[in-house]
Formats: sequence, structure tokens, C-alpha cells
Amino acid sequence: MNQAKRFTSAHQSITFSRRMLLLGGAQVGVGALLIGRLGWLSIAQNAKYQLLSENNRVQLIPVPPRRGWIIDRNGKPIAINRSSFRVDLIPQQLEKNRDIVPELARLLTLTNDDVDRIRRELEESRGFQPVSVAENVTYDQYAAVTVRLPDLPGVQATRGFSRYYPDGPAVAHLLGYVGAANAKEYEAEQKNPLLIIPGFKIGKQGLEKSLEPYLRGVPGGQRIEVTARGKLVKELDPKPDRSGQTVQLTIDQGLQQYAARRMGDQSGALVAMDVASGDILAFVSMPAFDPNSFSEGIGRTEWKMLSENDHIPLLNKVAQGLYPSGSTIKPAMALGFLKQGVDPKQRVFCSGGVQIGNRYFRDDAAHGSVDMQEAIAHSCNSYFWTMGLRTDPQLTTEMVNYLGYGQEFDLPIPSQRFGTMPSPEWLEKKYHRAWQGYDSANTSIGQGYVLINPMQLAVMPARIASGKLLQPRLLVAGPKKAAPALDIDPEFLAIVRAGMAGVVDHGTAAAAKLPLDGIQMAGKTGTAQVFRLIARGHQGNWNLRDHALFVAFAPADKPRYAIGCIIEHGGFGASAAAPIVRDSMTYLFDKQKALAALAPLEEQWGGTLAERNARQLDTFRAASRTTSA
Amino acid sequence: MITSAIIPRPLARLPWRLIFLVAAIAAFGLLVLYSAAGGSVQPWALKQAIIFVVFLGIAIAMSWVSEATIKAVTFPLYAATLLMLIGVEALGFVGKGAQRWLDLGVIRLQPSEFMKPAIVLTLARFYELVPAGEIRKWRAIWPALLLLGVPAVLILVQPDLGTCIMVGLCGVTVMFLAGLPWWIFAGPAAAVAVAAPIAYSMLHGYQRKRIDVFLSPESDPLGAGYHISQSKIAIGSGGIWGKGFLQGSQSHLDYLPEGHTDFVFATMAEEWGLVGGVLLIVAFGLVIRWGMRVSGNARTRFSQLAAAGLSATIFFYVSINLMMVMGLAPVVGVPLPLVSFGGSAVMTVMLCLGLLMALERQQRTVTTIA
Repeated sequence: MNQAKRFTSAHQSITFSRRMLLLGGAQVGVGALLIGRLGWLSIAQNAKYQLLSENNRVQLIPVPPRRGWIIDRNGKPIAINRSSFRVDLIPQQLEKNRDIVPELARLLTLTNDDVDRIRRELEESRGFQPVSVAENVTYDQYAAVTVRLPDLPGVQATRGFSRYYPDGPAVAHLLGYVGAANAKEYEAEQKNPLLIIPGFKIGKQGLEKSLEPYLRGVPGGQRIEVTARGKLVKELDPKPDRSGQTVQLTIDQGLQQYAARRMGDQSGALVAMDVASGDILAFVSMPAFDPNSFSEGIGRTEWKMLSENDHIPLLNKVAQGLYPSGSTIKPAMALGFLKQGVDPKQRVFCSGGVQIGNRYFRDDAAHGSVDMQEAIAHSCNSYFWTMGLRTDPQLTTEMVNYLGYGQEFDLPIPSQRFGTMPSPEWLEKKYHRAWQGYDSANTSIGQGYVLINPMQLAVMPARIASGKLLQPRLLVAGPKKAAPALDIDPEFLAIVRAGMAGVVDHGTAAAAKLPLDGIQMAGKTGTAQVFRLIARGHQGNWNLRDHALFVAFAPADKPRYAIGCIIEHGGFGASAAAPIVRDSMTYLFDKQKALAALAPLEEQWGGTLAERNARQLDTFRAASRTTSA
Repeated sequence: MITSAIIPRPLARLPWRLIFLVAAIAAFGLLVLYSAAGGSVQPWALKQAIIFVVFLGIAIAMSWVSEATIKAVTFPLYAATLLMLIGVEALGFVGKGAQRWLDLGVIRLQPSEFMKPAIVLTLARFYELVPAGEIRKWRAIWPALLLLGVPAVLILVQPDLGTCIMVGLCGVTVMFLAGLPWWIFAGPAAAVAVAAPIAYSMLHGYQRKRIDVFLSPESDPLGAGYHISQSKIAIGSGGIWGKGFLQGSQSHLDYLPEGHTDFVFATMAEEWGLVGGVLLIVAFGLVIRWGMRVSGNARTRFSQLAAAGLSATIFFYVSINLMMVMGLAPVVGVPLPLVSFGGSAVMTVMLCLGLLMALERQQRTVTTIA
């Protein structure tokens, strides 16, 4: 036993040899394992890792497509792309502890506003998302940045395209504007990488927004080899992009611009329609912002100026402004009366007001004895109050609604409001009360619950003028349906048209006759009270003044165009809205004459729209500088 | 050995096969470093070439050192290295978040590198002194554990897990070959299996993360798992023949981190494929086999144990690095000797080879004389 336990040199030698063999075997085993693993990775999984390696190496950078143009009915461009230079910052690649912004501000002559915006965006940025420093920089500035690029890590200078609206504010509310996608829009499109490319803009409002699918186009792809740090090594074969489609509108660019200019500094809306087709020729809401400065990223001062303006330049008044229709409702009311058998020759004596129930409704004037056509021409409220009480309010209001007031139209304009055309049924449903005499009275002069948008203000005269149930159209490529004839006796229409012709011929808008031989305009004025009846007419306080409205078609005998216009707080419809409609209508028949009428007005206002806007911004800048200083 | 009339005897008696093999590995490494720098000898290949040539010269010079001299300096060397390790703890400066260097002004010494051959020599010397009859006794075990444990702990707290593991494995290999009872190795192995979770909880944050990521690298492909994921992509995408010299996209486009140091094998395999990888592994295998043969042919117990231990050092270097690069082991920061850029690994391996050549020359001298 002792023998066995003793460990001798011989034992030691045997143990050593055995363990050396074991060690050698283990080493060979590990070697085999390593070679096996190497083979597994490089043969069995070669395809998988090759793909991963390619994914690392090659990155697909979407190349933004050029946005489609928007052109008017005659092919004139109203939204185009201009070649532009831009400078961006990639926050991730910026050197720490180095403030690059002042240097860029010097190179690009940035304003303090811009510097503030850049700093704010840099703070909010998520590293990989570029921050726009300046768009539409001049070639000299672009070159100045480009030559210094090696010295300015994180700065990117690129050529691209920017949206340009030659007509500026005149088309602002029609077209909207474009802008960089925000976080919400980015999420909504499943993080479409196209949206975070610097300089890529999407429609934010108006037609730019609703026509986005047509205008955007298909992005191309630039396949590039990049390092892990995102440095470009070389470009591989690219995939071309496809520009967005050109969209043609029914708008007449000339008229659109003319009407916008003709409105001057007033706050209002004007819609013009082609009576034959329902094509919208003008869609104007003024005052307006300059969509060009929105598309470039608006400065804080300009934004402040726009949002503080009491004329609400940021509101699309055609789509979203709702106003009482005032007396513009009367032609439609008259058709309602006629359809219920009211004799147009029947006369009503207007003594300057009517007692309804326990309330006395006061007219503007005592018109004496009037028949239907005279009542329309002179806008005699008493006639309509009286007739309104004699007829069925449900049938009358249905007629007004049938002609467009309170109706919804299928237009590619985002967020439209359509107002209300009240009726006994509607009142019962909405306020659970029966229709009263005074409801008839209010409704028959377009007050009370009546709320209409400026689009309806054009549709109503267009339908009366054409005798067809026209639907407004904005897109030339849109569905073209033949409008059915109105369910109204053509004789009745003729009576009302004659009444409307009387408005301009010898009635409330006699001053708004077209300065054209042989072309008469027919129309109807409206004055919608904003505040209280007693304060009618000229009010010192702009805010409390009445809205001025005017609807018209021309030529009165063979209608071709219809226009509806509202001037907020313009006072009497005849004085504020009718001249604008007159001149806009003149433009459709004789451009020279219309422009000649505009020239002295603009001189009086102090320059063209663009000049006045620029001056206004300068004044505001100066004012805000003094207040902040 | 080359026998020729023209070549002088001392030169002819050098182990030329080994030297050619090592030079071939190093030359291949230089090619890889040249490619990793994007086809340039700067900043790595040229520097590495100089380092290699210098240490090869040192190794060849060392081959004339006698076994007796090695034995004589073993314990002083060990003591000096241990002192330097303590010095690093005391006044070493912090670099890369770890205290590893001793800055002597002219050169920066990494004492833990010296500890790899030093521990092998020391334990070999210790077991030579232990009589055969005592080898299974406690007296033969605890001094060795102490000799090994103290430097291992010092290196671990630097912290340098990779070197600590290597020093430990080298020491354990010598102890194993010395003939210590099985339970000495089986017991702790079982204990490690039990204690691993506890040790894991005591590791540094980045070390623990490396182990987490090793267990599932794809769980964090952009964070801590990035090294292993990208390394596997580089190796796997190379295929059988590789993408070609200077054609590796992973390394050239900076997707592969540390492509010139710890992960140089991935850089190589991407461009040279399975073929290059197998050739490199086989070449290392031949070097290690040469060392093991030196041990097998050794006459003295010291040279037996020292040669085996030194060969094992090279083996652990290579295998831990390759396992790490191919995702078989956690990333512990062990470079691939002779190929990775950096002086320490070259120095350690060339010291080992120098000692092996010295021991080998001794055998031949003895043989010739006898």
C-alpha cells in the first residue's frame, strides 16, 4: 500500500508524458474548433453575413423628387420650383465646445431672428436630423460656405429646389404653402426617410396639402458607399427620381392676382366662377401672408406680425370665414316666393318698417310701394318681411339652400366650413323650438342664423344666372359632370335676373355699372350686421362695422361669369364690395380698362401689394425692435 | 538547422524553420495592417515591422542564454515583475480607464506582460525544486497557488481581465504538467461553475456588459454587441477566398472596430477568407507544436515544464483572441500575437520564443556533447 502511494521520478515522468499528450490533444481540439467555427461563419453563413456587410457598406439616400407645378387654366404657372442653394447643420457631426453659428451668421448675413431659430432647432434636434441654417442663399454665399467646408464640420451646403409662388400673397390661401414635415407628419407616414431630407417640403395648407399625392412625385435613390461615421466614400449607380405631376387649376391667374390687388388693404374674400362650367376663376382671401416666406421657414417677426394683425391674414376666409349673408339672400328668397305662387307684380307698401309680433323691424328707408323686382333692386326689407310671413318658411329656406347657401361643395380644400341655412326643421332639431315670425323676418334678409361662406356667395348668383345646378370646380382634371337644370321655372329665373340687373342699373349698386359698352352686370348688395342694428352704417370702430357683400353675374342678359365678394367691416355692400366686383368683372372682359382703374387706387394706397407688404414688415420690424430695446 | 559550408556555424545552428514560420506570420500580419490602414504603411505596418525586427533580434540573442542562467534569474525576475505590478497599482497612471502601464520616461512598461513568461518560469523552477515524492502533498501546492494568485489578483484589479485569465491559465498549465493531483484542477473547475454568477456580479460594468453581450451579441448590435456583431460580419462575409487584398469593406469603412488591434483577425479573414484564416491557424499550430516538442525532448524537469508553459502561453494568446473574434468567448481584450498592432504582445511572444530557442539550443548542445 505504501508502495502504491509513493510517487517517484518515474511516476512523475509518466504523468508528465500523459498530461503532455492530454494538453497537446486539447490544443489540437481547440484548433479544430477554431477552424470549424471559421468554416461555419465563412461557408455556411456566408450569404447571411455578405448581406449584412452590404447593408453596412451601401446606403440608399432618397433623392427628393421635384414638386409638381401648379398652373392656371391658361397654363400660366402659379407654383413653381426655383433652383436654390441651402445650408444645413448636422448636429451629430458638430464639434463639441465650438459654436459655429456666429461664423455661419457672418458668412450668410443671417438676422438675429434666424440665429434664434437655428439655436432653438439645434436644441430640439435629434442628432441625425439636419437643421436648416438658410435657404435660398445667393451663389456667392453658397460658394463662401463651400470653400470653408473642411473647416466647418457638421455644415452641409447643397443645391436644391425651393417652391416659388410668383403671385405671392394673392394665391396664399388658395395654394397654401409648403414646409418641412414635422414630427407628427413624419410618424404619420411610417417614418418615410424622404421627409427628413433637408430641404424636402410637403404641402402644409390649401391645395399644396390636398394635392400632395399628385405633386410630390416619386423619390429616386442615390446608392452610396459610406463609412461607419457616415462619410461618403463613393457613389454607386443611382435610381432616377420622378417629378411630381403638374396640376392645372381652373383659376385664372390674372384675375386671381387682380382681385387680390383690387382689395387693397381691406379684409375680405372674393370668388369668381365661370357660369358655363362651374370653374372657379378666382379664389381670393385677403390680406394674406406671403407663401414664399412660409416655404422658406418664416421668421419670428413676420409670424408675429401676421398673427397679431386684426385682419387675420392667416385665415383662409373663402374656406373658413362664415358671415351672415345679408341682403344677398334676397334673389334666392324671391325665387322661393315665386315658386310658392307669389305674384311678382304684387306690391307691398314699405313705410320704413314692419311690426312682427311684439317687435318692430326697421328698414333702411321708406321705399313706398314696391313689387318684387323693385324690392330686389332697392333691397327693400319690408317687402321680404311681408312676403316671408305670407309663405311657407320651410319651402322658402329650402329654395335658398338649393341655390347654394349653407351647402357643402366637394372641393380639394382642407378644412372648409359651410355655414348654416336655417329652416323650421333645422331649428326644431337644433334648438327644439318652433319657427316664429321673426325667424322668417331675420332669415329673409340674411340675418339671424344665416351663415354662409364666400364660395356660396359665388355659387348662388352662378346658379341663378345659368339656370343650372352648377358645382364649383377647382381642378381642370376633376370630374366634369354636366350640371342639371335647376328645378325652377325659367320664367321665375328671368324675373329675378331682371331684378338683379335693376340693382346695378338703378338700384342700390347703381354706382357699380361696368365701364363697358353693351355689357351690363346684374347683382345684389348685402350688408351684414356684425354688432347691433342701431349702429348701422359708418361706425368709428372698424371691428364693429358691418360686413359689405356683393354678388353679381355678367353680362346680365347672357351670363358668363359670376362673382361673390365680402369685405369684412366694409360698411354698405354697395360702397365697399360692389366696386371690387365691378372692377374684377371688368377685368374678365377688358383687362386694360380694369388695370387702368386699379393704377390710381394703388397709388393712393401707397404702391402695389408686394411693395405695401414689404413696407409693412419693415415697419413692424422697426416697431418691435424699439419695443424690445 | 541548415548545414552548409558557407554559412557560419552559429548562424546555421539557429532554428531557422521556426524563425521562417514566425517571420511569415509577422509578414502576413504586416500585410493585414497595411490593408487596415487603407493601403498604407502608416500608421501601423511600418512601426509594427520595426517592433517585430527588434524583438526578433532580442529573441535570437536570447537563444544563447544558458538554462542555468535562466534558472538563476527566474526568481529575481518574478520578484521584479511583481514589484512593478504593485508599482502600477501605486503610481501607474490611468489610461483607457485602466492602470496598466508603468511610465519610465523612455518606455512605457506593461508589467503584466512580463508576468506571463515569468509565472511559467517561476512555477517550472518551483516544481523542479520539489522532490518527486512531495508533489502530491499540500506543501507542493500552496506556494504555487500563492506565486500564481498574487500577480493574478493584482492584474485583475488593474483591471485587465484578459491578461489575468492568461496568466492564470499559463500557471495552471505548468501546475497540471507538474503532476499535481487531479482534484486540484477538477475541484476549482466545479467551484468556478458555481461561483461564476457571484464573480459576475463583482465585475466592472464594462466587463459585465461584455459577457452579457457575448451570451447574446445580437441583443445590442449597435451598442456593446457591436464589436462581436461586426467582427462576425467581417469574417462571415469573407467566404472561402475572401474579398481580396485591400477590398474589405468592413474594415476600410470603419464598421469593424479595433480592426488593427484585437480584431485584426476579422480584418484578415474578410480579405483572405477561410483560406487565409486556416493558414494562419495552422502556422500558429506549427509554432506551438515546435514549442511542445522542445518540452517533449527536454532533459531537465525545468526545461520540460518551462517549454510546455511557454508554448501554452502562445497557445492561449492565439486561441483566446480567435475565440473572442469569432464570437466563441467574451471580448476580453487579448490581441493576436505577431499580427495585431502593438508592441506588448510581440514582446511577450518573442520573449517566450527566445526562451524556447535557448532551451532548444541547450538540448542540442547536450546531445552533441553526449
